[in-house]
Amino acid sequence: MKFGSMMRTGLVAAGLLAGAAGSAFAQGAPIKVGILHSLSGTMAISETTLKDVMLMLIEEQNKKGGVLGRKLEAVVVDPASNWPLFAEKARELLQKDKVAAVFGCWTSVSRKSVLPVFEELNGILFYPVQYEGEESSRNVFYTGAAPNQQAIPAVDYLMANEKVQRWVLAGTDYVYPRTTNKILEAYLKLKGVKQEDILINYTPFGHSDWQSIVADIKKFGSAGKKTAVVSTINGDANVPFYKELGNQGIKAKDIPVVAFSVGEEELAGIDTKPLIGHLAAWNYFQSVKNPTNEAFIKTWQTFTKNPKRVTNDPMEAHVIGFAMWIEAVKKAGTTDADAVIDAMIGIAVPNLTGGLSAMMPNHHITKPVLIGEIQGNGQFDVVSSTALVLGDEWSDYLPDSKDLISDWRKPMSCGNFNVVTGKCGGKGK
Amino acid sequence: MLSLRPFAILLSALATMLASGLIAATAFAADLPTLVGSLTTGSFGDRETAITAMAASGEQRAAPILEALAAGQLYVRKSDNLVLIGKPDGNQLSLTEAISGKAAGSGTEADLDRVRVNNRLRGIIEAAIGSLTLMSPDPRVRRGAAEALFKRRDASSLAALDVALAAEKDPRIKQSMNEARAASVLASDAPAAQKIEAIALVRARADRDSLGVLQAVASSATDPEVKAAAAAGADAVRQTLAAWEVAQNIWYGISLGSVLLLAAIGLAITFGTMGVINMAHGEMVMLGAYTTFVVQEIIRTSAPHLFDVSLLIALPLAFVVAGGIGILIERGIIRFLYGRPLDTLLATWGLSLVLQQAVRSIFGSSNREVGAPSWMSGAFQVGQINVTYGRLWIVVFSMIVFVTLILVLRKTPLGLYMRAVTQNRPMASAMGIRTPRVDALTFGLGSGIAGLAGVALSQIDNVSPNLGQGYIIDSFMVVVFGGVGNLFGTLIGALTLGVVNKFLEPYAGAVLGKILVLVFIILFIQRRPRGLFALKGRSVE
Repeated sequence: MKFGSMMRTGLVAAGLLAGAAGSAFAQGAPIKVGILHSLSGTMAISETTLKDVMLMLIEEQNKKGGVLGRKLEAVVVDPASNWPLFAEKARELLQKDKVAAVFGCWTSVSRKSVLPVFEELNGILFYPVQYEGEESSRNVFYTGAAPNQQAIPAVDYLMANEKVQRWVLAGTDYVYPRTTNKILEAYLKLKGVKQEDILINYTPFGHSDWQSIVADIKKFGSAGKKTAVVSTINGDANVPFYKELGNQGIKAKDIPVVAFSVGEEELAGIDTKPLIGHLAAWNYFQSVKNPTNEAFIKTWQTFTKNPKRVTNDPMEAHVIGFAMWIEAVKKAGTTDADAVIDAMIGIAVPNLTGGLSAMMPNHHITKPVLIGEIQGNGQFDVVSSTALVLGDEWSDYLPDSKDLISDWRKPMSCGNFNVVTGKCGGKGK
Repeated sequence: MLSLRPFAILLSALATMLASGLIAATAFAADLPTLVGSLTTGSFGDRETAITAMAASGEQRAAPILEALAAGQLYVRKSDNLVLIGKPDGNQLSLTEAISGKAAGSGTEADLDRVRVNNRLRGIIEAAIGSLTLMSPDPRVRRGAAEALFKRRDASSLAALDVALAAEKDPRIKQSMNEARAASVLASDAPAAQKIEAIALVRARADRDSLGVLQAVASSATDPEVKAAAAAGADAVRQTLAAWEVAQNIWYGISLGSVLLLAAIGLAITFGTMGVINMAHGEMVMLGAYTTFVVQEIIRTSAPHLFDVSLLIALPLAFVVAGGIGILIERGIIRFLYGRPLDTLLATWGLSLVLQQAVRSIFGSSNREVGAPSWMSGAFQVGQINVTYGRLWIVVFSMIVFVTLILVLRKTPLGLYMRAVTQNRPMASAMGIRTPRVDALTFGLGSGIAGLAGVALSQIDNVSPNLGQGYIIDSFMVVVFGGVGNLFGTLIGALTLGVVNKFLEPYAGAVLGKILVLVFIILFIQRRPRGLFALKGRSVE
């Protein structure tokens, strides 16, 4: 307590001294960074980790002296997996705490809930999770994967390497799986897959009795054609799903399952030995070997004081997003939202898979797509990786959105420019 | 690596020659070290060629090397590029030289590069091992090999199968080999007559795999007769399978019903007989599951040999933990709220949030791994139904819990007091029964049983702070549907809902199925407000 107040006095004194030295150092007050991740409720399982990684990144940045000569200060709020509360907490962060940027949200519904708030108050949101696309906002930077950075390369991999001809699209019943499956269905048909070779199945959140659905998949898979499951099953339901797959003896070499929401963190609660060979598509795996990633894992495990703590893809998205924001603030010389939003485009920072990721005019980033196979130790072995892929916000495979593009550079500054009509404002807002 | 390319091409040519039956002199067979070399360096395509060549070489050492490769246990030592097989041994790997089979001490993953495989290679390896192990002295291995070749249905395995068939004595394995041979014939360019014979053989098998084979033939065959025979065979197999499917749905329904029963039976006591709307019931289940986790953690670190009985150790502990907390809740909160159902509902709901967050703070928000003991993992076949041991034990366990509970209520003094208090509290009190104590014990019993359910559910669901939430609605549904205050009603209610759910799911989908069940219950409650088995008598009022 005492030490804290001493520190604060010290900081103020330092700030005063610095103020005499130059105008850039005049604002001694710390820059506030909002963290909007659920720490309780159903999503806490995934989002708590992201809060921790943000705290770590801010701490690391402060060790390097912060940014613009000012320290960073994290403002953590808990929207409790409650979608309307996300909007309230976002408003609180922007209006009351006056944060310079917010890192947060996991589910698409939470993002949709905070979107109007960020647009109204002109805030900046970094969204780190893979999502269904069909959105581009001036105030949001999408550092997670769009469908073409995850789902479509995964399907391509299965077609090319495992000669899959029959597809089960299984998902949880909400917006991300439904939109992704719509895109995938259109894509598969474009590739000549017949309607009867596609089975679409939705289950409620937290579904726990998978016996008959797994039996159905088995049945669908016994038509003499190589079958694969593309899983957009989200959250808790995955554990009983994989347990049931293991129980019913569905081996990866018979019917491989490729998942878009299952990473190192989700596998932590399962014995993965029966699951060896099932796949996941991400832009990052903990098992990727390069010095940047090894250093990151080490810092993370030291920060959490847990030598077994795993890393995952959304964490990498935050690492990239945070580094980009720091660069943009440096470039703009201010934390003012408009200046930073303009400065963001074109910034490239190292990602954890050994390359550079760049922020593009559509507020999506470039990343490589990796396909990994589950190993007995809960990690993934990368079996295929692509070059950098740019996130495509408006899918080319949906009739509604194939003519739309997004470009937030002036003078266009439009999130849904219709290239056919030549007007801004096709679908969406 | 470059110098190996011509070799690989040569080998692939060799492999095709061998496969097509032109078996060359064995002196010409590829040498193992070169093949193993290309296994570890080439692209996935090169490795595929090397695997096929190894299978064709008939070398003794080929099978263990391929097995290690499929299991991800083949390594290359970074220091000297030696190919090694590493079996996990504690934190280390005990190594043997792949080619010579000599022991090579031990090492850690850090000094070694694992040779990577993908699904496709694993499939090819399995078939390759299949043809290498068809002559194995172990009948189980031979049978497994035949099954692998059946699934693989590759014309190139015909030669190996013929040799093995001639030597095979065991009629059951012979049958499997014949079926594998039939599947291979169907993939080859054998004459139509042979193919039709093969179709009959595959059709007689009448399972999912044979349906796959027949459908593939039906869609790809060029000969009209073969095509028709395969289509007819597929239809027949499909009909057999449809009958099994009904049986399967019933089994799945019973299995789901037993899970519902376990979750609901504790509630049948606290809500059913005491009339307390306990929203924290699910959290008692969760506490039971976390008790199992803690027990397993302690066993893992201090007494690993006890792992197989960890669940049996966890059972009484979970009962005590959940029951104890139940008694605390009753004494601390609920007893002040008797007769005020709305307040009880709110208080217990708040309590459930507190318990969840407490567990989240102590154990963290991520899922905890609760392992399955060996006697609960795996599955066996009854006809075409796949019965998993885990589910079977849960059904058995739920019945044991149910019967025990009935006996406790009917045959023990505590049961007598409980029934007396719930049926007529003033009279029971007048007879000298200490009703507050009985209330606490009854609530403890209901909570303790929820704890037992948690031990069982830890085997099939996530052990996370949200575990209980998924079951609370279903539990109330079962108790209300079965008839409040009637344990048999709960049993019948749980099983009915389980089976109905499983019959609806394939047609309506999981989401709509759940909605339909809910609508059905609402309508049912309209018609019979007291549930299936209404309790009669004074206690009802």
